[in-house]
Amino acid sequence: MRRTTIPEEEYMLPGHSACLGCGGALAMRYLLKGLGKNTIISIPACCWAVIPGVYPSRCLEVPLLYTAFEVTGAAISGIADAMEVLGKDVNVVGFAGDGGTVDIGLQALSGMLERRHNAIYVLYDNEAYMNTGIQRSGATPYGAWTTTTPVGKRRMFKREHKKDIMEIVVAHEIPYAATLNIAYPEDFIKKVKKAKEIKGPKFLHIYAPCPTGWRYPPNKTVEVARLATETLMFPLYEVEEGVYTITKKIKEPKPVKEYLKTQGRFRYLSDEDVQIIQKWVNHRWKKLLLKEKYSRELLEE
Amino acid sequence: MSKVPLEEMIKFPTPIATVPSKELNKTGSWRTFRPVIDYTKCIRCYICWKFCPEPAIYFVDGDKHEAPSDAIKKMDAVEIDYDYCKGCGICANECPRNAIDMVLEEKIE
Amino acid sequence: MMLLTGNETAAYAAKVCRAKVVAAYPITPQTTVVEKIAELIANGEMDAKYIRVESEHSAMAACIAAENSGVRTFTATSAHGLTLMHELLIWASGARLPIVMSVINRAMAPPWSVWTDQQDSMAQRDTGWMQVYAESNQEVMDSIIMAYKVGEREDILLPTMVMEDAFILSHTSEPVDVPTEEEVASYLPDLKLPYKLDPDFPAGFGSLIMPEGPYMEFRYKIAEAMDKARKVIREECEEFEKKFGRHYDGLVEFYRTDDADVNLIMLGTMASTAKEVVDELRSEGKKVGLLRIRYFRPFPYEEIREVAMNSSYIGVCDRSYTFGYGGPIWSEVRSAAYPAKVFVKNYVVGLGGRDITPKVLRKIYEDALTMKEDKEIEWVGLLWDERWR
Repeated sequence: MRRTTIPEEEYMLPGHSACLGCGGALAMRYLLKGLGKNTIISIPACCWAVIPGVYPSRCLEVPLLYTAFEVTGAAISGIADAMEVLGKDVNVVGFAGDGGTVDIGLQALSGMLERRHNAIYVLYDNEAYMNTGIQRSGATPYGAWTTTTPVGKRRMFKREHKKDIMEIVVAHEIPYAATLNIAYPEDFIKKVKKAKEIKGPKFLHIYAPCPTGWRYPPNKTVEVARLATETLMFPLYEVEEGVYTITKKIKEPKPVKEYLKTQGRFRYLSDEDVQIIQKWVNHRWKKLLLKEKYSRELLEE
Repeated sequence: MSKVPLEEMIKFPTPIATVPSKELNKTGSWRTFRPVIDYTKCIRCYICWKFCPEPAIYFVDGDKHEAPSDAIKKMDAVEIDYDYCKGCGICANECPRNAIDMVLEEKIE
Repeated sequence: MMLLTGNETAAYAAKVCRAKVVAAYPITPQTTVVEKIAELIANGEMDAKYIRVESEHSAMAACIAAENSGVRTFTATSAHGLTLMHELLIWASGARLPIVMSVINRAMAPPWSVWTDQQDSMAQRDTGWMQVYAESNQEVMDSIIMAYKVGEREDILLPTMVMEDAFILSHTSEPVDVPTEEEVASYLPDLKLPYKLDPDFPAGFGSLIMPEGPYMEFRYKIAEAMDKARKVIREECEEFEKKFGRHYDGLVEFYRTDDADVNLIMLGTMASTAKEVVDELRSEGKKVGLLRIRYFRPFPYEEIREVAMNSSYIGVCDRSYTFGYGGPIWSEVRSAAYPAKVFVKNYVVGLGGRDITPKVLRKIYEDALTMKEDKEIEWVGLLWDERWR
């Protein structure tokens, strides 16, 4: 006898090559628990192109199409339309990293959303080009060390704030977009199931910490992810037809320093830098609260 | 990888991977630290199972292990699959009862 | 019989071949291909999904994904659109997907030019795609139908690009015999891939291989399929003739090559003009001939070697160039003709759509008839060069 808070069925096999404590591995595990077996996944160049292992190894119980780096949005457009031609009702999913989504993959994502294809675009965000060795991406947060922002004497850590991909996606006016966090699997899977039932383009932004790239010991992955939401670095919310709903209200947000001090990639930051980050977090949270408040008026239409 | 005969590997005209990773890669060999569950403390909340990235934790009959109480013993217990557990330690870190110890692999046996 | 431009022909070919997913991006002078397809779909004459992708790169990506799902796809492009797809062209052949693409041969920038030359498709000759160059709109129709038939065979499984010259074919109307969908269906059955994306088949399509793994072996399989395609194409041309009544010599077209001392080798519409020049010179007693390459990939080295063995001199006209060496057709013909030990001269002509007139072709033949071996590569008709006027 047992009771679990998330579905038991596993669609991912162990024996895969993810690093110890990989947030991306948890992301895929929960995603498939929410979607089930009737799924086809397209994966570009990213950690997940390597995680299933060397040929002929596979670690998923659903078909996986490996593709070139920048094409996820276009590939799932092709699969979604092919399924319609064949009269098949299948979950069509693109599963891409932050590089393949906010940078090189942005065009194809925008095209897929704009054309309203019936597919789910899933971004698992580890905040850098991790598969190629921790180079910075548009999703790398302010202050982070990466191999292309290696701090050095000129303190050249990443100076640009994290690209707000959710806002770019929401600007396409799609039926559903949401942020998900591997530290909150129940909320995660609930949102996946919701997206599954909607027809049209859906976008899921998963926070997937990376011990190797963020410089923290692998046992802390879930803890770090939790702190991201508790400090408001990564708020959990969904946007349905333009209406914002924060799904995890943090009554007493922790200061961002609690989050930053867990990771080696932030150890070069001065108090001043931390303040810049705190200001940015506060500003985005305030915007989010306002959006939640005012977008409710859309419900009255 | 070398376990699979060549004809199997090239039976398709393009590489289509069909062999389950479980059969090819026993990632338990990656471990430096091994999680060991203290069943006298384990309340069978299944949080460890929930957060395992492999996943390498599975359910077994409740009677197989001791439990802190009779009520808890009625619930299924969990076991670590040491063939695949990489020893990341997330289970130990998240366990609300500190019932899992990360022990240096060399010290076992 | 319909009066159709080359572009309209390509669109009708996609329709009668029952392509089910078309993903394409507009580029001059391909635009009317996709506009016609959109029109046919909108009028209910063609039952297909048209993905109005946001770039050519996405067009090929969508075709690859849709074809991998077991659905026949079609696309069309030109010049910069084709070169933008380059990465994915290699992907499509590596994934063994029999996509068919109409390519309107157009010059590359800079400088901008929308007129015809073959730089765009010649630059793709390494990608593992079969390549057919049409001389007429009818050939465009027939080549697309045959491209699906040959490509979709389980022992071939390779994509094909069917080329037509910009404006000369794409925007010029010619009478085209358009078979009905039923006629084509009895010749070309529905697509049946041996493997496809399906939840009942949980496999990884296109995963990672280490050096000691069978990477080279998979590449060898592509080479094998390409080589096999030569015989298949020759046989298929015969099958096609039985079914549709139109004859093609196979990978090439022989025009009065048998007893010719001098043979020119070329492809595309310039061959039409050249045939008239051959007839004219023949009437003057000059023994000249023309070998038109239809399939550039797989390369018809056997036919070329045969013609070379029976020639005293070969000229190769290239409407493109491999900077640092010579015209691509020339270098490949020369290597195929090597055992014949005959001199092979390169005539680079018509780049950027510069008109290839009967006069220019006649001058090329006359130059070849001198059989001089002092110069291997000749750029024909450069504005400062009076010899070709």
